[in-house]
Amino acid sequence: MKKFALLGNPNTGKTSVFNRLTGLNQHVGNFPGVTVDKKTGILKHENQEILILDFPGTYSIYPHSADEQVVYDVFSNSKNDDYPDAVLMLVDASNLERNLLLFSQIYDLNLPTILIINMSDIARKKGFLINIEELNKYFPSTQICETNARVGIGIPELKDKIIALDVSQENKLKLIENYKLIELNESEKQEDEINLRFNFIQKVLSTSIRKNEAFSTNNISWLERLTTNSIFSYFIFAGILLLMFQLIFSIASLPMDLIDGAFVDLANWTSSILPKGVFSDLVSGGIIPGLGGVLVFLPQILILFFCLGILEETGYLARAVFIMDKIMRPFGLNGKSVVPLISSSACAIPGIMATRTIPNWKERLITILVAPLMSCSARIPVFTLLIALVIPNKYVFGVFNLQGLTLFAMYFLGIASALLISLILKKLIKTREKTYFLLEIPDFKAPRWANIFISLFEKAKVFVLEAGKVILAISIILWALASYGPGDSIEKQVSKIQKSSLENEVKEKKIATAKLEYSYIGIMGKKIEPFIKPLGFDWKIGISLITSFAAREVFVGSMATIYSVHQEDNKGLLATMRNEKNSIGKPVYSLATGLSLMVFYVYAMQCMATLAIVKRETKSWKWPIIQVVYMGVLAYLASFIVYQIFK
Amino acid sequence: MIKTLDKGNIGELLEVVQIFPSEISSKLLEMGLYEGKKVFVRFKAPFGDPIAVQVGDYLLSMRKNEARLIEVKAVKTT
Repeated sequence: MKKFALLGNPNTGKTSVFNRLTGLNQHVGNFPGVTVDKKTGILKHENQEILILDFPGTYSIYPHSADEQVVYDVFSNSKNDDYPDAVLMLVDASNLERNLLLFSQIYDLNLPTILIINMSDIARKKGFLINIEELNKYFPSTQICETNARVGIGIPELKDKIIALDVSQENKLKLIENYKLIELNESEKQEDEINLRFNFIQKVLSTSIRKNEAFSTNNISWLERLTTNSIFSYFIFAGILLLMFQLIFSIASLPMDLIDGAFVDLANWTSSILPKGVFSDLVSGGIIPGLGGVLVFLPQILILFFCLGILEETGYLARAVFIMDKIMRPFGLNGKSVVPLISSSACAIPGIMATRTIPNWKERLITILVAPLMSCSARIPVFTLLIALVIPNKYVFGVFNLQGLTLFAMYFLGIASALLISLILKKLIKTREKTYFLLEIPDFKAPRWANIFISLFEKAKVFVLEAGKVILAISIILWALASYGPGDSIEKQVSKIQKSSLENEVKEKKIATAKLEYSYIGIMGKKIEPFIKPLGFDWKIGISLITSFAAREVFVGSMATIYSVHQEDNKGLLATMRNEKNSIGKPVYSLATGLSLMVFYVYAMQCMATLAIVKRETKSWKWPIIQVVYMGVLAYLASFIVYQIFK
Repeated sequence: MIKTLDKGNIGELLEVVQIFPSEISSKLLEMGLYEGKKVFVRFKAPFGDPIAVQVGDYLLSMRKNEARLIEVKAVKTT
């Protein structure tokens, strides 16, 4: 199959063109050895198939980021597996000068090219008239095609041109005689080349483009002023965020409950139809709840990315990043860190996926590492239970509810810690990559829905497949550890309870408790008791800490199993936990233990789905391991301090 | 006195004189900030940093740190 590269500056509508050419025949992989996504798609036209390779947007062949490095690596080596047969070069019609720089470099590499002049309708509105024939005289070996990819104009003609392109052409006249790519470390020579090219491009444009309006320093529009220039811009941003969170928490809760319920029903159904035994237990106790645990996050993720997609497509996101940069900078973060951190207070998984827009690796890494400190929605059930357990429902100063204040304090602790840790990581992480902020701000425009939905589909696929694999695997392992114990200790306990004269219902619950207590996880809980005792935790809490590693909200369910109460019955669980006494007759769930446990949940990295995503985004196990360790140490120390103070 | 882009007033038409050598000088050049390019500051963020600069036909935002690397001179409007 012939291989065509799609190249262009950022913000030229490359995604639109790629989607128009390939539809849903897309695949996201990654370039070998780097963290850069490789999007490939197949163009099917007139019974022919052509592989289209979408490269990261870049301004020049000479790289300044990991994304751009990929372009240089591929095009500097004709033996590279991804070296294309031809190049589709996309340029923005209203900004030809800067866009033609990359094109002129690619043109000189002796590859067959098609120059796609996109968004010429907008350019015409801005007063540009492009003379295609004249332009073609300067680049005689290229084919030129005008499109408006957002609405699909010019796409059939482009497809025809792609199919008809003769990829065997060679030895054309170069713009710069005997041009060869300059080595990466010779930046002065690169600058000379770029200056030379801009001189040439100015000459090209002087005859091939006519502009009706002169360059004017006109005042900016009210919309621009409101979203970027005044103190109101922060209120607008806060308002948009508030609206987004309303949507995420209100709309998502319904499908989340449905998914949750459906998987519970499915598990009950499979356990009723499958013959009793290990296989039935594995399916209905391990695999199905594991799958449910993956899919239950999907509604929040989709709504979040839908909202962000609209903000990005309209051009608002660039402006939000612009106003937030100054505030985030002292913490070693970037204006672009704002979106991931905010997303993480719904769920760290989409938050971490959203860090891809941060070009600087160090700033992106810090954002990824601190994102799980933002209190996510899976912590809410844990906080709710513990607050009800140890915090009195009283008012202080007449207006503040003590329980509400505690919840707020936990959220605040998460945000403050995220910023503080960023500050520390900023000092610790060394990088040669210099941090800078150069961001093109696109014009405001109406969103193209197809782009938003195709990208939603891709994100859902990545989440379900990549995170799903790990969540499922660990769920099964946890299930096995919680269902089996060494030797026949479980059977012995169970038969002891069977023989007792308890009521059947009580018996069943006692058996469930005993099964967990004498399973491998139960034994692990007891083993770690001496280690977690200084935090005010006993082995029962230890068990829940271990099972919480599947997902934080599992804490509540584990507690219910341990205390032999029905899972749906929160009041019963509360009463049982309140009456729980330790060996010297004092309540286990004192204020000190409750607070210590809450603080532990603020800090501890107890979410394997997030770890799987961090691994995927950083392409190594190094960072997720560092994250588990630093957050674990932090959790232990913070809980220790809290317990010792309140004891 | 040398004037750099971070000192530009909003709407004041400027011309790029040179880019001071730095790690990102080739990057700035690639963004179209070559010698003789006409630019102006279109708006600034609420704390005056970053700034949004009209570079020919498009809008580029940068921190003051980056703008400081770009020497400019005022263009006499006739």
